Order: sequence, then structure tokens, then C-alpha cells
Amino acid sequence: MCLAIPAKVVSLKEDRARVDFGEGVLREVNVTLVSVKIGDYVLVHAGFAIQVLDEKEASETLQLWNELLEVGAETKQ
Amino acid sequence: MVEKLRFRDPHLARHVAQKIHDLAPKEGTVKICHVCGTHEWTVTHFGIRSLLPSNVEVIAGPGCPVCIVPASEIDEAVQLAQKDVVVTCFGDVLRVPGSKMSLLDARADGADVRVVYSVGDAVKMAENETSKEFVFFAVGFETTSPSTAVEIVSKPPENLSFLISHRLIPPAMKLLVEMKDLNLNGFIAPGHVSTIIGLKPYEIFPKTYYMPTVVAGFEPLDILFGIYMIVKQLKEGKIRLENEYVRAVHWEGNVKAQELIQTAFDVVDGSWRGLGTILSSKLMLKSKYAAYDAISKHHVKVQNGVDIQHGCRCHLVVVGKIRPTECPLFMKACTPQKPVGACMVSSEGTCRIWARTVGK
Repeated sequence: MCLAIPAKVVSLKEDRARVDFGEGVLREVNVTLVSVKIGDYVLVHAGFAIQVLDEKEASETLQLWNELLEVGAETKQ
Repeated sequence: MVEKLRFRDPHLARHVAQKIHDLAPKEGTVKICHVCGTHEWTVTHFGIRSLLPSNVEVIAGPGCPVCIVPASEIDEAVQLAQKDVVVTCFGDVLRVPGSKMSLLDARADGADVRVVYSVGDAVKMAENETSKEFVFFAVGFETTSPSTAVEIVSKPPENLSFLISHRLIPPAMKLLVEMKDLNLNGFIAPGHVSTIIGLKPYEIFPKTYYMPTVVAGFEPLDILFGIYMIVKQLKEGKIRLENEYVRAVHWEGNVKAQELIQTAFDVVDGSWRGLGTILSSKLMLKSKYAAYDAISKHHVKVQNGVDIQHGCRCHLVVVGKIRPTECPLFMKACTPQKPVGACMVSSEGTCRIWARTVGK
């Protein structure tokens, strides 16, 4: 029930957006709860975008994990 | 951007697991509780427990919003369906047992019960079929309640009303931490609930209860790293609230969603299946939206529900006091095809998740 799936916003019209879940799965979702622009990644839950995903934070998380674990050189690609 | 494979890097996972082994105490047990069905799915599906030291235990709390809906509220939905009202609900609510029957049973008896993907679908149905009365059975934690609130404040059609079963997660976490026989040592807080409520509601756990609390995401590395952060806090004696899921969760949460919840709902005490009443844990429609309350609109009246069927141990599974495999009914009388308890129904229920992996 609390499952939320990341998707990319491909078009916007008022409080509706068409989002791409990947592999050709497109769906219209309600974006009342977030401020988004085309190209943003959002978390979609039960037909509503509930949060915008932060691309910078995502890559920094991966970097932080590698650094903290001191295995950066082996796993960074 | 969504680099799923990198968040599942087995090489990195082995290193995190090794770090957890290095930091874990040599004696005693570290018991970490999460409160999200999707976390339990990741933990079980990816075999995370098998990577941990034998004295580091991960247990599943009441993180499945479908599993904790009390039988009385299923009974209300069933009664509505039997009154020639079209009941719309999420798919995993359909088979949750009421005192005598589920919504699926009611549908088999001829009631019009429809599965929807979103509350928006219920609105569209009501707009398209104006001669019928519709009810949306609103189940879910803080991840879901904002979407219900959006439709309620947007003046939904007059032939649509709402049976509100939304619950709040932090009060349930408070109940867990105060259960002395549970002896928790840390919380993995639910990532998607936290996208809405932010971090502040969890401050009480490290401050008042000295409980390491880490908001974590849903990839295997998110959870392993969350466990690592908790074990590290315990080792260093620096108990605090941390956010591992920074790519989706911000300190303030989704303020617009919070405002909508506050506009549409009041917070009241609520009954949780198998757990009894938890203070300030349930949402109900504010009086200005009373016209949309399905209970009063359709004169629904139910007696006290029967939450736990004979032999079922859902009330112990749902707080992590026993594993599903310790229930005598698990994969015998209670299976995904014919569930006895609510934990076996939803894809986020602990028993259902274990049935797909452990029970095979």
C-alpha cells in the first residue's frame, strides 16, 4: 500500500502529468501535491505524485556509501 | 537517474554487511524494527536477514495499512456494499476479513464492489454514473491520506462519500517503543510515509526513548545502510535521528500534503486490528466535510468487530513478537489463496511476504 514507484514526467497539463515508469509504461497521474516540471523524476503512489526525487542527492548517496565504506575505487564505475 | 542496479550492487552490499558485523556487539541482541510492508518485502526478498550477525534481528512492525484496519471498519464497508452502494477500494483491501465476511464475499453475493488504482478513479466513476451512490474506502497511512484529502477539498460529486480508515504511523511507533517485552534497540522509519511527514515527528524517539531512528529507502542497500547507521549509533553511544533516504525525504516533508491533511481531517483515537486503541492515530473528516461521511450519509451501524479469528496470531505477527512461521496456521489453514488473518491478505502483510519466499 505504501509502495511508491519512481517515474519521469514527460508532459504536464494543469494538475495532471503523463509520467514514464520505464520500459514503455506511461500513465497519467495527479501532481497537485508537488511542484514539477517536464523531465523531473517523481515518486508515484496510488495515482498521485507525492514527492520529487533529487537527482543530486541520489548520486551523492551512492558516493557517500562508497566513501564511508572505503571501497570507492573498487565499486565506482 | 534511478540507478536501481547501483542501489543493489552486491559488492557494496557485502561490504556494508561486513561493517555491520564489525560494529555489532559481541554479546546481547540488537533488535531493529521497521514499520513498513515494503521494507519487509525488501528485507525478505533479498535475504537481508541472512547477511546480518546472528544477534542483529530485524522485525516487522505494523507497517501494512490494510492489515491493521479493524474488522469493524471492514464490516462497515460490507454493510455499505449490501445497501446498494457501489464500494470502491484498493485491490488489497478486497479480501481482508471482516467479522463475518470480506468485501470479496459481499461481491460474490451480488454487491457492486470495484477495485480502483486511485481515489481519482472513484471520483470519475461517480461523475460518469450519477444515478448510483459511490463510496471510496480510504485505507492507508500518511503516504495515501493526502490523495484522499485532495479529492475531498476539491468538491467531489455529491453521489460520492468516503469511509475514512486512514491511520498515522508515529503513534504506532510510540506504542511499540513502550512495549517493554519487545525490547527494541532501533527504528528504521518508513521512507514513503516520511516523504509526506518529514523527519520532525520522529524526533521524540531518540530524544525521549533513546532510540536510534533512521529513515531509510527501499533498495536493499538503503536498508542495509540503515541497519549500519543504527548499529554505529549504538556502538558510539550517539543516539540520534538520521535520514538515509535523502533523495526523497526532506526535513520538512511535503508541506502542501500536510496542509491538505490538516484541512480535510481531524486526528482522533483509533482502533488497530489486534492492537486495540492507539491514541491520536486515526484521521476523520472535519465537520465542514461531514456531508461526505459515508457512515452518517448511509446510516451504517455495526457492532464490535471480531478482529482475530480462532487460532490466528496476526496480533503477535503485526508487532513482530513472533515470526509468521511461528503461527500454527501459517501455510496450513492460512494461505495466500485462503487467508485467515489480515497479515496474509495484502502484498505488504508480513505473512503474505513470508509465504512467497520463506513458505515456499
